[in-house]
Amino acid sequence: MSKPEFVYVTYIRTTLEKLWEALTKAEFTEQYWHGTLWKGEVKPGAEFDAVQRDGAANFRVRILECERPRKLVYTFKALSFKAAPDEAPSQVTYILEPDGEQVRMTLIHEKFPADSKVLPAIQGGWPGILASLKSLLETGKPLSMTSACGKRSHQAEPTAAARA
Amino acid sequence: MTFVNEESVFRALADGARRKLLDRLHANNGQTLGQLCAEMDCTRQGVTKHLNILEEANLVVTVWRGREKLHYLNPVPIHEMAERWISKFERQRLAAMHQLKQALEGDDR
Repeated sequence: MSKPEFVYVTYIRTTLEKLWEALTKAEFTEQYWHGTLWKGEVKPGAEFDAVQRDGAANFRVRILECERPRKLVYTFKALSFKAAPDEAPSQVTYILEPDGEQVRMTLIHEKFPADSKVLPAIQGGWPGILASLKSLLETGKPLSMTSACGKRSHQAEPTAAARA
Repeated sequence: MTFVNEESVFRALADGARRKLLDRLHANNGQTLGQLCAEMDCTRQGVTKHLNILEEANLVVTVWRGREKLHYLNPVPIHEMAERWISKFERQRLAAMHQLKQALEGDDR
């Protein structure tokens, strides 16, 4: 039996519904996911590209399981890695569980093909995205490093914040 | 209710054996208790105790695959702490540079 490559857990002071919205609506994903817009309808069998505002595709999503607001399983096919344009998709699972005044969110990323080129390129990305998602839901603001379109914006954004 | 606070994260990290466990998972994520014990110099009981403390701090999370309980390094709490201080210093540095720029440009006039 293959084992997941990554398992991440974060506790967020929010509700199941708000977290579900933040995970599946473009207006939220854009803020904490390096500008990525989740623009498709989230229902079993649905397939769509997660894109940047300029239209550049980041990855293709195909929804395998959808139990709003507790579980979402989708395939993740990277579209922005020129080194591996035809690599088979991997699989992402979100599990949302209420825990007192918080929601415990588990993210499992697994089923990468052997010798995956996408895996080393994206590993290390999720913790920042999850930390920024938590910040967005708890404080109304994402973390600066994950709010820019596809690149880290330590130069641009904090300057604007400092001026405010 | 589970509340992961910073104290529990720092307490969990303030021990060489627990940091070594995190290093083992960083090198090879998703290991069973047995696999982790084989690489450690302490008893199975000791490793279990350390893993419990790491789990309470949310630095280690587990999933079941069949009959195996696999342990994963969860760096999310460390990331949250790092961002809290690093981004602040970054902002202050940038604010200072902005003030310096204003001061220098002001001198030119």
